[in-house]
Amino acid sequence: MTEQQAGLAGDIMENGVAMTVPPGFSIDRREGHTDEYFLNMGPQHPSTHGVLRLMLRMDGENVLEVVPHLGYIHRGLEKIGENQTYLQNIHLTDRLDYLSSHINNLALCLAIEKAMGIGVPERAEYIRVMVCELQRIQSHLLWWGVLGMDLGAITSFLYGFKERELITDIFEEMCGARLTMNFFRPGGSFADVPDTFIPRVRAVVERMKSAIDEYDTLLTNNVIMHLRTKGIGVLAAETALAHGCSGPVLRGSGVAFDVRRSDPYSIYDRFSFDIPVGTVGDCFDRYKVRMEEMRQSLRIIEEAAASFPGGPYRSKKYATYNLPAGSYYSQVETARGLLGVYIEADGGPKPYRIKYRSPSFANLSALNDLAAGHKLADLVPIIATLDVLIPDIDR
Amino acid sequence: MKTQAKNIQGRGYPVERGGFVPDGQVHWSLAGYLTHLVNGCLSLVKGMGLTFGYFSHPGRIITQQYPENRETLVMFPRFRGRLALVMDEAGGAPLCTACGMCEKACPNGSISVLTRRDSGNRKVLGRYLYRFSQCTLCNLCVESCVFGAIRMAQDFELAAYDSSDLQLVLYGKEE
Repeated sequence: MTEQQAGLAGDIMENGVAMTVPPGFSIDRREGHTDEYFLNMGPQHPSTHGVLRLMLRMDGENVLEVVPHLGYIHRGLEKIGENQTYLQNIHLTDRLDYLSSHINNLALCLAIEKAMGIGVPERAEYIRVMVCELQRIQSHLLWWGVLGMDLGAITSFLYGFKERELITDIFEEMCGARLTMNFFRPGGSFADVPDTFIPRVRAVVERMKSAIDEYDTLLTNNVIMHLRTKGIGVLAAETALAHGCSGPVLRGSGVAFDVRRSDPYSIYDRFSFDIPVGTVGDCFDRYKVRMEEMRQSLRIIEEAAASFPGGPYRSKKYATYNLPAGSYYSQVETARGLLGVYIEADGGPKPYRIKYRSPSFANLSALNDLAAGHKLADLVPIIATLDVLIPDIDR
Repeated sequence: MKTQAKNIQGRGYPVERGGFVPDGQVHWSLAGYLTHLVNGCLSLVKGMGLTFGYFSHPGRIITQQYPENRETLVMFPRFRGRLALVMDEAGGAPLCTACGMCEKACPNGSISVLTRRDSGNRKVLGRYLYRFSQCTLCNLCVESCVFGAIRMAQDFELAAYDSSDLQLVLYGKEE
């Protein structure tokens, strides 16, 4: 088989082995062009954060081009969603970005509430904000630990999981699950928070304050960390916007865009928090933005815990949620960026079409611009600071 | 001609941060080099100091010794383990009225409620089938039950070697 016999995805012979590469991805084999080669990274690679497969066109140790090869864990959640009621769809959103499952649940609930005009009690709004911010910290903690591990520092992985465990315990006591929460419902949540919720949250906030300083000592001020991330993977603000990046990736490039501020959902407009932005747009800026985001989330949680109201935790519960025919959209800021939920409803209990605009997918599209020209070893911190989550990309 | 990378950048940090321009050429000054050297070593020592701090003060450690504490481990009351039927305190009969709401609420078809007629020709629960292999532990069935007849159990470590072990008959098992 030769290169000319390329199939649909393009099979290319590399050292006598047929490699499936994306269309349009080929090496010029003419005289003088033969130094380049393909390298397959993933899907089962420890530093691709799950099962991301990357096809790299390499020249020696330099990465010339990166093409993500998607679909390894595609589950067709949007198609499955068409055969599930709106209430059942909530548990599918857990499986988009499993580290932001509360926030994903909220995105769908907001769309349903918008469509049916369901109000949310004060206490439920506070629960939502506090839980979502805890989830953001928890997600960033995992990212922080794994980033260190990607760079070869196992210590940070253990330290990151230490405080994450406290937050996960809060979630477990509150809704019974540690990862796939399925906690929020249209109009509130399926259960009230336990009495221990506020004391535990306060304890976590207190501990996190000193913990983030520890993280700074361990990794932020570490010289190896600086050498591995500073000046690596510079993402210009225009490029980031052109790719539709959002979240810490976009803010790291200096664009102060945050859905919580620009399109406040729930009661985010009542809390004071800053939007950290980077200046250079390199890996270290994205890192610093996430570290600062944890501190800002702590501010929000502290403020919310101080004025946590009583009252009902859920408004009227419906037996079935039949959305009136029409299209509905809601967006939230997950730990990774803008998650949009678009529902095309036909009046029945199930959506005619449901579409998730996931942040990781857009963020990943900037990967080639970031990594091309760098060494292979620099690709690892670039992927790590993009913080893509593969189930969020493949859906 | 060899294909050149678009923007090959060197290793180091930008000039505004102390000593390097991204044209691949590193421009060091002696003072900058020494500062960098001392600060770099200090940062490593500080990080190691933190590690030793935890080593000498293990009281701050919050992780559990999981497999060792398996016998004493108690889950939270709301923990969502696998589904279980709630039995009547006195008679030991299930509270379930076989209305089938949980079956309808389940997103994955994990539950089948089969009815039978009792001696008074009333519909009662015959068998309650639960396919744990399909269950996502989403809690929607428990929420849908108006009789409080099902609950999420507290057991964990639910893996099995054979998927047929996960086809459970919660009630009406043929002996």
